[in-house]
Amino acid sequence: MNSNSLVSIDNISREEILDLIERARYFEEHPNHKILDGKVVATLFFEPSTRTRLSFETAVNRLGGRVIGFSDAATSSSSKGETLKDTIKMVSNYVDLIIMRHYLEGAARYATEVTDTPIINAGDGANQHPSQTMLDLYSISKTQGRLDDLTITLVGDLKYGRTVHSLLMAMRYFNPTFHFVACDELKMPHEYKEFCKNYGIKYTEHKDFSTEVINASDILYITRVQRERFTDIMEYEKVKNLYTLRNSMLAEAKDNLKVLHPLPRVNEIDRDVDDNPKAYYFEQARNGLYARQALICRALGIDIYKEAEK
Amino acid sequence: MTNSKKELAVAALRNGTVIDHIPSDMLFKAVKILGIEQMTTHITIGNNLDNKLLGTKGIIKVADVFFPEETYNRIALIAPGAKINIIRDFEVVEKRLVELPDTITGIVRCGNPKCITNNEPMKTRFTVTDRNDVTIRCDYCGQSVKSSDATID
Repeated sequence: MNSNSLVSIDNISREEILDLIERARYFEEHPNHKILDGKVVATLFFEPSTRTRLSFETAVNRLGGRVIGFSDAATSSSSKGETLKDTIKMVSNYVDLIIMRHYLEGAARYATEVTDTPIINAGDGANQHPSQTMLDLYSISKTQGRLDDLTITLVGDLKYGRTVHSLLMAMRYFNPTFHFVACDELKMPHEYKEFCKNYGIKYTEHKDFSTEVINASDILYITRVQRERFTDIMEYEKVKNLYTLRNSMLAEAKDNLKVLHPLPRVNEIDRDVDDNPKAYYFEQARNGLYARQALICRALGIDIYKEAEK
Repeated sequence: MTNSKKELAVAALRNGTVIDHIPSDMLFKAVKILGIEQMTTHITIGNNLDNKLLGTKGIIKVADVFFPEETYNRIALIAPGAKINIIRDFEVVEKRLVELPDTITGIVRCGNPKCITNNEPMKTRFTVTDRNDVTIRCDYCGQSVKSSDATID
């Protein structure tokens, strides 16, 4: 077990979140920094995720490190029946850091228990995806100038969407007000509402995606409503367009409002929003690079400020 | 006379362990946790016996075996009110309650088919999150379950 491993956003304190945001900002100003010279990083993607993998690999490359790995379990020895433990132990012999994505929940935690090499969880099933949360926090902080006292509206699939759950949990330090906008099938699970109550987080639930809710928000965080989540396909057809954001709905929104989306988007944000300066989802994805550079340095115990002085 | 006959229906122990006050519907889970299927000593299992507190209860008597502390505490997972009697030479030499540990390793199977513990040759591990209604959470996938609903391996 390496204490620099990152399995869940829960592992990161308020102070460390703020520190990582500062470091991400530093990397945004100096994206090419050869502080990983001589380091080898493995990206083990047991489940394909092009976006996340490219972002992590770009981060390593821009820091001057080298990348080995695979992008699909079919091309790795797990297709021959090798256990996760064996794969991790084998790769640990070669590299300084493992970044892994797995289709099974808890895979990253287990991996940290079988090796002393630091591990960054790049998504384990429906469970955790801390680097996504970190880039969301960085995007919110960057666009609003703060994380404290914001009104955040979460829209779409609030039941299965791990990004909204992790964001909600990470925001507990910053006194947020949440609006949950979803249909009955996909509403925020009870355990997360309990979590809000335990931490004194204010929230309201809505079935309507109304301009009233939008106009009260600082951040609109939209997620995709997936057809496969519905047992009744008629129900999906009924609700699929109810939670689509259109440009006209943003007419009276606050000046500082930004629209976030973890991507990929299908039709939950109309194309006509793309040119609105409030649309932030593409920049948000770019922020992922800087947030991940900060997380990689954290995992390797590298202090960029000290390195920069050299 | 009738009274003592009733009691003798369950064999008295010279040496061994009695686990009493197990809720009837948890008896066979307790059997599993104790791992007594493989034992060759005398074992008496009673169930649906009248009990003022539980309505009906189960009881397990195992001759010549004294379990490690850890095993008793695992019983707390499914029978927090169970009582342990240690018998030596027909005398109860120790009476005690079971105590729920903070972490439960092995024993319980995670109910999430997509959990790593159901797909790798490894032990499960749960953290007790609510001691009142004995809710446990998988340390790996995070799924919670009431221990009375949990599958015991």
